[in-house]
Amino acid sequence: MNEPAANPHVPRPLLEARGISKSFPGVRALDDVQITVHPGRLNALLGENGAGKSTLMNILAGVFPPDAGEILLAGQPVRFKNPRAAQQAGIAIIFQELNLVPGLTIAENIFLGREPRTASGLLDAARMNREAAALLAEVELDADPRTPVGQLRVGAQQVVEIARALSLQARVIIMDEPTSAITRHEVAVLFRLIRQLKARGAGVIYITHKLDELKEIADDLTVFRDGRFIAARTFAGTSREEMVRLMVGRDLTDLFPKTSTPGTAERLRVQRLSLRHPGRPGDFLVRDVSFSVHAGEVLGLFGLMGAGRTELLQAIFGLHPRHATGEVWLDGRAVSPGSPRAAIAAGLALAPEDRQREGLVLSHSVAENATLACLAKICRYGLLQPAREQELVGGYVERLRIRTPTLRQAVRNLSGGNQQKVVLAKWLATEPRVLLLDEPTRGIDINAKKEIYTLVDELARAGLSVVMVSSELPEILAMSDRILVMATGGLTAEFGRGAATEEAIMQAALPAGKN
Amino acid sequence: MNRQSLTVQLRRFQSLLALVLMVAALSAASPNFLTVDNTLNVLRQISINLCLSLGMTLVILSGGIDLSVGSVLALAGAVAAGLLKNGLALPSLNLLIQVTVPGAIVVGLGVGMVLGWANGVAVTRFKLPPFVATLGMLSIARGLTMLWTGGFPVTGLGDDFGWLGTGHWLGIPVPVWISVALVGACLLLTRRTPFGRHLYAVGGNERAATLSGLAVNRIKIMVYLLGGALAAVAGLLVTARLDSATPNAGLGYELDSIAAVVIGGTSLAGGRGSILGTVLGCLIIGVLNNGLFLLNVSPFWQQVVKGAVILVAVAADKAGSRRDH
Repeated sequence: MNEPAANPHVPRPLLEARGISKSFPGVRALDDVQITVHPGRLNALLGENGAGKSTLMNILAGVFPPDAGEILLAGQPVRFKNPRAAQQAGIAIIFQELNLVPGLTIAENIFLGREPRTASGLLDAARMNREAAALLAEVELDADPRTPVGQLRVGAQQVVEIARALSLQARVIIMDEPTSAITRHEVAVLFRLIRQLKARGAGVIYITHKLDELKEIADDLTVFRDGRFIAARTFAGTSREEMVRLMVGRDLTDLFPKTSTPGTAERLRVQRLSLRHPGRPGDFLVRDVSFSVHAGEVLGLFGLMGAGRTELLQAIFGLHPRHATGEVWLDGRAVSPGSPRAAIAAGLALAPEDRQREGLVLSHSVAENATLACLAKICRYGLLQPAREQELVGGYVERLRIRTPTLRQAVRNLSGGNQQKVVLAKWLATEPRVLLLDEPTRGIDINAKKEIYTLVDELARAGLSVVMVSSELPEILAMSDRILVMATGGLTAEFGRGAATEEAIMQAALPAGKN
Repeated sequence: MNRQSLTVQLRRFQSLLALVLMVAALSAASPNFLTVDNTLNVLRQISINLCLSLGMTLVILSGGIDLSVGSVLALAGAVAAGLLKNGLALPSLNLLIQVTVPGAIVVGLGVGMVLGWANGVAVTRFKLPPFVATLGMLSIARGLTMLWTGGFPVTGLGDDFGWLGTGHWLGIPVPVWISVALVGACLLLTRRTPFGRHLYAVGGNERAATLSGLAVNRIKIMVYLLGGALAAVAGLLVTARLDSATPNAGLGYELDSIAAVVIGGTSLAGGRGSILGTVLGCLIIGVLNNGLFLLNVSPFWQQVVKGAVILVAVAADKAGSRRDH
């Protein structure tokens, strides 16, 4: 502890939420959960993706109301009609996706909705910029308050959000994975700011996946799993293993059913693939990558954010025909697709990282999404045959255990795991020979994860080649026959099954010469 | 568990219910409303807007908009009328080509398709926002109409051509037959063909459609081309009905057709909506105009009422979709 320890006999909590429940069509996101925040302390809210952390945060921020339960702010029950009401009550929130208006300046963003005015009612820009400059000095952001926010790096934008929270005199500050997109230096600044906030008596709820960073800032911890409250402890009295056990609720080894072994025939070969940066001449997103995948092999591809993993898959799939160079061979034939259309025809399939934006038409039904890439199969005389569609999609719904009331349900109303299964159904329906998976288990609950691992294993056993990009080390280690590691666009290491350790992979994934 | 599809059904019934209520009220208010003659009259009147609105529905479903349909209607009608009346003179070759009725119709449709194709190319190859691309075409096609006609109506097109607009078959006006046939074709297209699925997918999520291997640009160009062709059909019907192609034909019609699509519950954001909804939207607008006319309401008030109906219809639709989520 580098701060004076908070008083262990904590006074009345700043914020207390009890018995909170919330359902969305198709999912029970929160079931009777609770959290308590004390003044001057940071409560780390832990849980896997899909545990309900973000839902609770949205409720506390007034984005939507809970179905049941009560929220006490300094002992008084409150009910927020909208985010503005929560803000006025002293709850500030820093979302994972930043909520700034890119075209407005730093100062305008900080004072958005409560701009200082002159006596005549006009904007007092001078005062606004002055006050913003003072706030920026406080958070040590070296920038002119008149800079448009869109010109700042993500990390700097995060700091602007914090300055905004400061200017609101917020008593409770909620942060949703604030370190997921910022540099180490910015993390250090952030942690210093958090300590300052605590010293002033503010309470912080801090959502994260990174257990290692907590020891610098956390006082308490709260664990959710599958929308339920699991435990509340003091941070100092809980070991890392204990935290993981609380979050996962079972041994990790149960999760991974790997039984397949790769064949010997080469299925996919990528040769000297490079992808120029579309905006920065001379810079590369992927540089000179060559590898091959055998039939029935699961190839894990690990890398940190910005390492070029997603871009590599996209380039193989023909999404960047103008900027990519190199060759793609499938079963000994050069294909080098110039479009996703050509890639699919050649036998490739790509389940993208952002399934809502890239994988699915959310307002359309399970059946319409599942058959989108293979409509010719359900046609006769050029007309769609509903009976064939039902049969085809029904088969995949059963095989992938997609939980949906009917095939006509809009995929928007399915849980993340079931949405991902619909994406997989769409690709399996094209009968691909190589399946490219980009973060296939991101944001889905643990049971769906297990089902997807089982499916990948089954597919590999049936001879499908799988390239799986993931930033979750346990998943990569357990599922892959071979692991490739990328950093700053290039391959940095290759490990056989069993030869890799978390440390070795991480070492290879860190960009050389930085940090 | 079928709550969602139930609300979808209810929402579809919303506009149907509105239409039924309007028909009931007008029948009570005016003895001339619910007669065979007047019904056929209403159907014939809406057939023009229906043709335009079918094309507009396809374009809007694919995530676009087509502001040029009124001008395309005018140019297609004027070109067909001009060729029919005067033939095509090629002074340099000292040649005059006479054009038959089917020939004029084919050329008129061709004009619509070429202009629609140009819209599609502007939207895809040159990446113009559909609003801007078709706004440009609105002006270009209107200007070309003026140039072609010299600003004067082309009249006296003959009975054969006139039959398209004024004739009857089995007691039902020809434009009604044509629009009903087109409704059937569009229903089949949107519900039973891969192309129909594709255009919904492109409108619902263009990125996902691209990644699913759809030829997005080709689909969009095709959609605008169909929109242009349907506008040309409307242009031929108007011209035949009036026995005259006027340079100001179809002025502002794009707004009526967008109104019909929107009243029919199709989302301006694309990806959600239906042909049947648009048919209902056209019927509602047509019945409203006709009813208010029969009740001797000033045409000025008709516009106010039509505007109010659009607002109420879309507000009800929004409320419905909020219930869904």
